Amino acid sequence: MFYRENGQFKTSYSADQQIFPITQDRWAIAAIVALAAFVVPLVVDEYLFRAILIPFLILSLAALGVNILVGYCGQISLGSGAFMAVGAYMAYNTYIRIDGVPLILALLSGGLFATLVGIAFGIPSLRVKGLYLAVATLAAQFFCDWAFLRIGWFTNNNASGSVSVSDLSVMGLSIGTPMEKYWFCLGFLVVFGLLAKNLVRSAIGREWMAIRDMDVAAAVIGIRPMYAKLSAFAVSSFIVGVAGALWGFVHLGSWEPAAFSIDRSFQLLFMVIIGGMGSIMGSFFGAAFIVVLPIFLNQFLPWAGELMGVAISTATVSHAEFMIFGALIVWFLIVEPHGLAKLWSIAKQKLRLWPFPH
Amino acid sequence: MKLRQFALAAAVVAAGFSSAVVPSVANAQAKEQFFPALVYRTGAYAPNGIPFANGFIDYMKLTNVRGGINGVKISWEECETGYATDRGVECYERLKGKNGGATVFQPLSTGITFALTEKAPGDKIPLLTPGLGRSESQDGGVFKWNFPLAGTYWVAADTIVQDIIKKEGGADKLKGKKIALMYHDSPFGKEAIPMMQERAAMHGFSLTLLPVTHPGVEQKSTWLQIRQQRPDYVVNWGWGVMNSTALKEAQATGYPREKMYGVWWAGAEPDVKDVGAGAKGYNAVMMQHGAEKNADVVKEILAKVHNAGQGTGPKEEVGDVLYMRGVQAAMYGIEGVRAAQERFGKGKVMTGEQARWGYENLNLTQAKLDSLGFKGVLRPLSTSCQDHMGSAWSRMHTWDGTKFVWSSDWYQADESILKPMVKAAADKYAAEKKITRRTPADCQS
Repeated sequence: MFYRENGQFKTSYSADQQIFPITQDRWAIAAIVALAAFVVPLVVDEYLFRAILIPFLILSLAALGVNILVGYCGQISLGSGAFMAVGAYMAYNTYIRIDGVPLILALLSGGLFATLVGIAFGIPSLRVKGLYLAVATLAAQFFCDWAFLRIGWFTNNNASGSVSVSDLSVMGLSIGTPMEKYWFCLGFLVVFGLLAKNLVRSAIGREWMAIRDMDVAAAVIGIRPMYAKLSAFAVSSFIVGVAGALWGFVHLGSWEPAAFSIDRSFQLLFMVIIGGMGSIMGSFFGAAFIVVLPIFLNQFLPWAGELMGVAISTATVSHAEFMIFGALIVWFLIVEPHGLAKLWSIAKQKLRLWPFPH
Repeated sequence: MKLRQFALAAAVVAAGFSSAVVPSVANAQAKEQFFPALVYRTGAYAPNGIPFANGFIDYMKLTNVRGGINGVKISWEECETGYATDRGVECYERLKGKNGGATVFQPLSTGITFALTEKAPGDKIPLLTPGLGRSESQDGGVFKWNFPLAGTYWVAADTIVQDIIKKEGGADKLKGKKIALMYHDSPFGKEAIPMMQERAAMHGFSLTLLPVTHPGVEQKSTWLQIRQQRPDYVVNWGWGVMNSTALKEAQATGYPREKMYGVWWAGAEPDVKDVGAGAKGYNAVMMQHGAEKNADVVKEILAKVHNAGQGTGPKEEVGDVLYMRGVQAAMYGIEGVRAAQERFGKGKVMTGEQARWGYENLNLTQAKLDSLGFKGVLRPLSTSCQDHMGSAWSRMHTWDGTKFVWSSDWYQADESILKPMVKAAADKYAAEKKITRRTPADCQS
């Protein structure tokens, strides 16, 4: 009833080419962004900001990047953690080595270097496909782990190999309190989210999808596989690199290569698979699932135990957290193999007919 | 149908979440000194994390039995970090504001310590890292909120070399010798490198660096290198499963265990038990205490906590090396608050900021330690505005196949080496962070 595009006629090309062609979508997105920017900061406390919302925003951004590569272009990558690491370390180097460089520029330079590394490690994708490519991209992970652990230059020759930044500010505004950090990350996410949404429905996005669906057919109709695949690697690793820089600068403040280990790569891949491959919305769902659920379980289980009068030990909670989390992943993949984003689109479909379904 | 299920599940989750957050506020009780405990009872480092956590909690319980801190009862809450930095940061955020505010954080992970070092000053919560963390954070002039009490990694590395010198019969005998540093490839392991390099340059021994990647179960290539190079000594800078793996590999390679040294995180029962007689002769530097089954404090914990049915872990492990490390850490945490009460009011709950003053002006005399039950276990410790470590003593113990026995006298880290290194590293940190050293006036606050 409320969600119907009937009667919304497009009378100009620009109206037809909008990112969100349906009016309700446009309003919904604007409302969500406004809610996230103005209402959420009023109601949540510091813990939710720092432990849940900021990691969620940053990892959503990273999942968005991975989704472009894995979901839209069909190139399975296990090197995302490495691209995050490149983003974080190169942003750090730009930040400390060039005096007075603006923070945003430093973060973007992290993304830029991640792009270069991404393209370099994307070259095997021209020859190997599918799971074999996943194995090939593992090389990026191991190489970057090695480089950041062993080459002193990257860490400014810090004895412990850990680097840190503090006192961040953008154009005179300091980014110190959780709320400022939240806004900062949200700004990045909104900009990159809209860019990505726009990109995937453009010519280049369609090329990626053609490559994903059948690369031989795509090549026959004139899509250059090299250009399409490497551009997907470039765009994806740029976004992932910026997310990595944010993770280091804004969330952790001090980090070591372990923050971007192979686990991180798997985590990002799972976010995309659970959230929904080839869906921008899915990246957010996946990130929420992977970031929030373990922390929720970790706090919910002792509380539930208390309610039933049993004290659950810390270790048991932690074990149960892993088991329930694993079981939920399996359950979600069985009931909805296309990811949480599919549930979202089913909901939208039903909303069209509501309240008068057939 | 599916949608309904999903909506139902979402509603249940949302309801659970909102209610999970609310009671934590309701539970808050006044007049209790809250000590958050970042523990790891699961994961690759659990065998070592569990006894530490048990000791930590048991000493908290004992303090309450003893009547609290001048009457102020202690409360605590565990949060599982799994030794992962991001989960540690989450735990920190979760616990820092609970129950009237956290007094002090003791992360027991160098990675988490590094991350929290950036956050703690803003929240005005001190960080206690007895025997771990950043070595340069000993310099209180730069690191106002960090307290690596009773020893840093540089102290450990320095005293290990001192013991080697003693065994060789003189510093000049080290010339041309080969020492291999096998380290956990993380900030924890790398902390040892600068001190070992400093000593290598001083005495003319060659230092081979052998990194072992997390979690440390894969050491074949490392031991192949050791077999090829035959270093005169191997220093094991490990934690968790890395230690027992190293000893098993040493046994398989035939490297003499007598020539192996562990840091104080690599010299406890879980590390050697599996290897048993195969680890005989393995040395480890100890941060003052070792396994202290006969210490007064252990007897008191057994009598007042475990026999009252309140024990945290297995009774047999009370007094083990890492258990004692937990007891020691908890004791420093509590005594700092007691010291702060001397200034800010006895019988009052201290804020993190007030407790920080206590840690900075800690004066644990031998008589005081003896009265707490640490006779023969710990040496006096006194901190100041400039020195946040307070004591740099250590000694060696050796595994005889079934138990650890003391094998050396007390060593003190060489101040002439340590001081300039700490100062240089702290100054570098200060320059990077653009912070100025604290003024004498700030020391009084």
